[in-house]
Amino acid sequence: MEHYNMNLTLKIWRQKNVNAKGGFETYKVTDISSEMSFLEMIDVLNEDLINEGKDPIAFDHDCREGICGSCSMYINGKPHGPWKATTVCQLHMRAFKDGETIVVEPWRANSFPVVKDLVVDRSAFDRIIQAGGYISVNTGNAVDGNSIPVDKDKADKSFAAAACIACGACVAACKNSSAMLFVSAKISHLALLPQGHPERKSRAINMVAQMDKEGFGSCTNIGACEATCPKEIQITNIARLNAEYLSASLSSDKD
Amino acid sequence: MTWKQMFTSSIGQKFVMAITGIFLITFLVVHVGLNACIWANDNGEMFNTGANFMASMLVIRIMEVVLFAGIIIHTIQGLVLTAANNSKRKVGYAVEYGNRGSKWYSRSMGLLGTLLLLFLIMHIYHFWVPSRLGGIANIKPLQEIDYSNGLGKQYHNLYLEMIQVFQNPLIVILYVLGCISLAYHLMHGFESAFRTIGLHNNRYLKMLRHLGRGFAIIVSAAFAMMPISIYLGWVK
Amino acid sequence: MLDAKIPEGPLEQKWLDYKGHCKLVNPTNKRKMEIIIIGTGLAGASAAASLGELGYKVKAFCYQDSPRRAHSIAAQGGINAAKNYQNDGDSVFRLFYDTIKGGDYRSREGNVHRLAEVSVNIIDQCVAQGVPFAREYGGLLSNRSFGGTQVQRTFYAAGQTGQQLLIGAYQALERQIALGNVKMYNRHEMLDVVVVDGKARGIIARNLVSGELERHSGYAVLLCSGGYGNVFYLSTNAMGSNVTAAWKAHKKGAFFANPCFTQIHPTCIPVSGEHQSKLTLMSESLRNDGRIWVPKKQNDTRRAADIPEDERDYYLERRYPAFGNLVPRDVASRAAKERCDAGYGVGTSKQAVYLDYADAINRYGQIEAGKRDIHDANPAAIIAMGKEVVKEKYGNLFDMYEKITGENPYEVPMRIYPAVHYTMGGIWVDYELQTTVLGLYSLGEANFSDHGANRLGASALMQGLADGYFVIPYTIGNYLADQIRVAPMSVDHPEFIAAEKEVAERLNRLMNIKGKTSVESLHKRLGKIMWDKCGMARNAQGLQEAITEIRQLKEEFWSDVRIPGEINEMNNELDKAGRVADFIELGELMCLDALQRNESCGGHFREEFQTEEGEALRDDAHYMYVAAWEYKGDHNWELHKEDLVYEVVKPTQRSYK
Repeated sequence: MEHYNMNLTLKIWRQKNVNAKGGFETYKVTDISSEMSFLEMIDVLNEDLINEGKDPIAFDHDCREGICGSCSMYINGKPHGPWKATTVCQLHMRAFKDGETIVVEPWRANSFPVVKDLVVDRSAFDRIIQAGGYISVNTGNAVDGNSIPVDKDKADKSFAAAACIACGACVAACKNSSAMLFVSAKISHLALLPQGHPERKSRAINMVAQMDKEGFGSCTNIGACEATCPKEIQITNIARLNAEYLSASLSSDKD
Repeated sequence: MTWKQMFTSSIGQKFVMAITGIFLITFLVVHVGLNACIWANDNGEMFNTGANFMASMLVIRIMEVVLFAGIIIHTIQGLVLTAANNSKRKVGYAVEYGNRGSKWYSRSMGLLGTLLLLFLIMHIYHFWVPSRLGGIANIKPLQEIDYSNGLGKQYHNLYLEMIQVFQNPLIVILYVLGCISLAYHLMHGFESAFRTIGLHNNRYLKMLRHLGRGFAIIVSAAFAMMPISIYLGWVK
Repeated sequence: MLDAKIPEGPLEQKWLDYKGHCKLVNPTNKRKMEIIIIGTGLAGASAAASLGELGYKVKAFCYQDSPRRAHSIAAQGGINAAKNYQNDGDSVFRLFYDTIKGGDYRSREGNVHRLAEVSVNIIDQCVAQGVPFAREYGGLLSNRSFGGTQVQRTFYAAGQTGQQLLIGAYQALERQIALGNVKMYNRHEMLDVVVVDGKARGIIARNLVSGELERHSGYAVLLCSGGYGNVFYLSTNAMGSNVTAAWKAHKKGAFFANPCFTQIHPTCIPVSGEHQSKLTLMSESLRNDGRIWVPKKQNDTRRAADIPEDERDYYLERRYPAFGNLVPRDVASRAAKERCDAGYGVGTSKQAVYLDYADAINRYGQIEAGKRDIHDANPAAIIAMGKEVVKEKYGNLFDMYEKITGENPYEVPMRIYPAVHYTMGGIWVDYELQTTVLGLYSLGEANFSDHGANRLGASALMQGLADGYFVIPYTIGNYLADQIRVAPMSVDHPEFIAAEKEVAERLNRLMNIKGKTSVESLHKRLGKIMWDKCGMARNAQGLQEAITEIRQLKEEFWSDVRIPGEINEMNNELDKAGRVADFIELGELMCLDALQRNESCGGHFREEFQTEEGEALRDDAHYMYVAAWEYKGDHNWELHKEDLVYEVVKPTQRSYK
């Protein structure tokens, strides 16, 4: 791969805090190596800003190897940028050309308020998990791991759903700001395993109720979430969530 | 989980859309089948017989009420959901997300649905209102035909009505546009409805995707061909 | 002499006896007792969930926006457990023995045996929680072998075992939050431990969004804040991983043990330039099939493909004919460094060696041709078939490599280089995981206890969860049972006020330096000193130089750092500055520790102490102890020793030849 350097124009959303009115600022960065990750390019910009005595750009990031789910930038109209199945931290500058203008925005959704600049508050996801995204087993109660055989196919599907990193790109990509892909990944992860069966009805009902309460939109099955998910969580999980939810609510005993 | 909780939840509301949607799809099958009788080229006899059969059956009359209820529920629920979903992102993006992973028509179900609603109002005005409530201004007094069904009853000649309505090229164009909206609406709606009611087996979803697209194209094309073939005088 | 309070009796009875005799707190009293937990990785989340289930009132803190983002999530390979599901001769004793030996005889028998005992419970617990471990077609759990052990005892979930285990613990934690037993404080950083009458009674934490300082009181404080690999600036740790919580505790009286024991992982994607912010690990499994080489000519700038076979130096195969490319981590790492330092490195930075799959692709292609009964396959067809096999085995790793480097590893050899990965050292704890401060505990990578001088693969996850799920719920009760008559601590106690004042002053001081140098560039310089002089190989002279340089750096930091923004808002630079300030102090202690340990063992390689073949040379007669450092003020530490007594295992020289 040929390495090259590039000069770029960046239009980045700046917002001092949750209540402040934000806006775009334009920055120039020069001699950006094609070998850098996108976040390293932002590091360079921040270093410049600090040297100029300005406030650096706040953004969430931590593991920088595509697994913690912290990073969250909407780059040129795509959550996590132009590459597929990639988080921002794994996006490299080879994806861009010299002279390009790159627009960077935070995730946009009422349920993800902007905390500062590109940092948003995704605690709604935690609260959805609190509503039922678990198997109620206290430490010390477990039987031997191999006493519960699990169909390999289901175990694999469960794992594929459990690979969700809760980054929120699905919400950011969805025209309805729906969190259905996130919720369905957790529902599928647990519903596909026998251990998850005792609570599957209450789990589906409570998690969806919390999702609605948090103000996410509903799913219209358009597929943008699936195409954007850095972990390639399948939209089929949403259909499975619908099945879980409807069977739980239709079989409910309340009037 | 009470009924209220279920039907006010996001998935519950989508369920209503899916169930009414699938019901309307089944109606389309009947509708397109019956209307295809105009191509029998028997001066509308088969078509009118069928139409009369439908009109005189109690079950169908009841189903007609259900059909209207379905249309109204599908419409209202659709508008409510679209409005709700559109309100979930108060601050929008400077750069739009675009087409990755989704088709424009999938994202435009509310718009397509609204176009269909407008079409439907026109369509009901053209055909349902005169046949059920008596004629309208531009429909001339209807020709009486003696059908050999032995009952000697007089019928509303729906066939002739079609012939008359579709003499106007503007109306033909509007109908064709309506059918295009229907095609795109179904292109997404057919498969989506089954996803919403919880079908999650990849194999069947794939089957339904092809079936849905086929259905959307064939049914809509068949409907569109009706005004076109009448206008061009292919139907005799 | 430090007392680790290891229970008397035969090794396999110690934990059993302890559990049978430790004191308990009754349920009504548990409800009244608040416990503070710092960090929500495997150790912190599992401890918070378990203690919440027991009925304690738990307050958990993490600096990330959600507890699920802790860096345990990045662990790839797997988790060990002595289940012996494979019937291949595994047992609790064998896991215990392997861990002791792997740690180069610098860990505690009692702790390690307990770890091996509870390892089996961890798997059961995680399965019950719904962790989707890999399974066989019969539906039973699958194992693989790892890190040179002779049995298959590693449980895994593809290459995301850490993620799945952490999500299991996170979900258990979220359940306790929903039940009201745990209160979670996201985006909070602990900036001091409050010690009253010799006991840890609370913390000062900073809300990283508003910048406000908060006082939290409790009956015990658990440090589950992970390792300090980021002292090297570049490591496989997360950007936010830091030593601050542990370091504050250290300054408040907790001894810091074996700080110089760091693990360098041999197969990481090399640094690509000055801008590099972190390093990414490539699973060790790649060394099973890949061949490692450098050019025989110094400063060779030809492309790999243009270097003929006889001008390539397969240095591991040359130096270690018996083990070849599969020598242990520390040996492989040191050998790569040696070649690069001597000027044989490859790539633009010259700090890399090749990991070449060409032979493996050819070999697998031949096998595949044989399997398919194709006798006249042309070389291109064989290579194509070989690539298919390699893709199936390592496809996801190759994809990751390509994403980061832009090079196609099926066509050109991968470039790899060692990188800091894990820190065996940490806060000194006794058998009960209690530090030298009463009521202050340390779990997981933050403590020092189980891995000696070198950690075996797939053991970090095991230790974090063992501490959190199965050890602390017992041992904390033994302490808290005596505290039930102690009144809850008011956060208006003078010690809290003083601690908060001290923290606020330090923050103000940092903000008011208003110098010219960014935090990042100072951190980078610290990392370079540490990597060059306290990294894979150390010597007395280098360490002494490093201490001098670090002291200079500290002065420069406190007189010239520039932190933009305000103190009372989200200010990532201020957060980083506080952490780097602590790393600088830790760096000095690491060098001191490395300097006093006049031997080589595990990850600690002193160039002066090696065998003729260049292997680590232990000195059991003089250094079979844990070096626990007591903070005595600026640049001033006192060394305490905990003798390591081997009752069961006989220490021997590790050999790979």
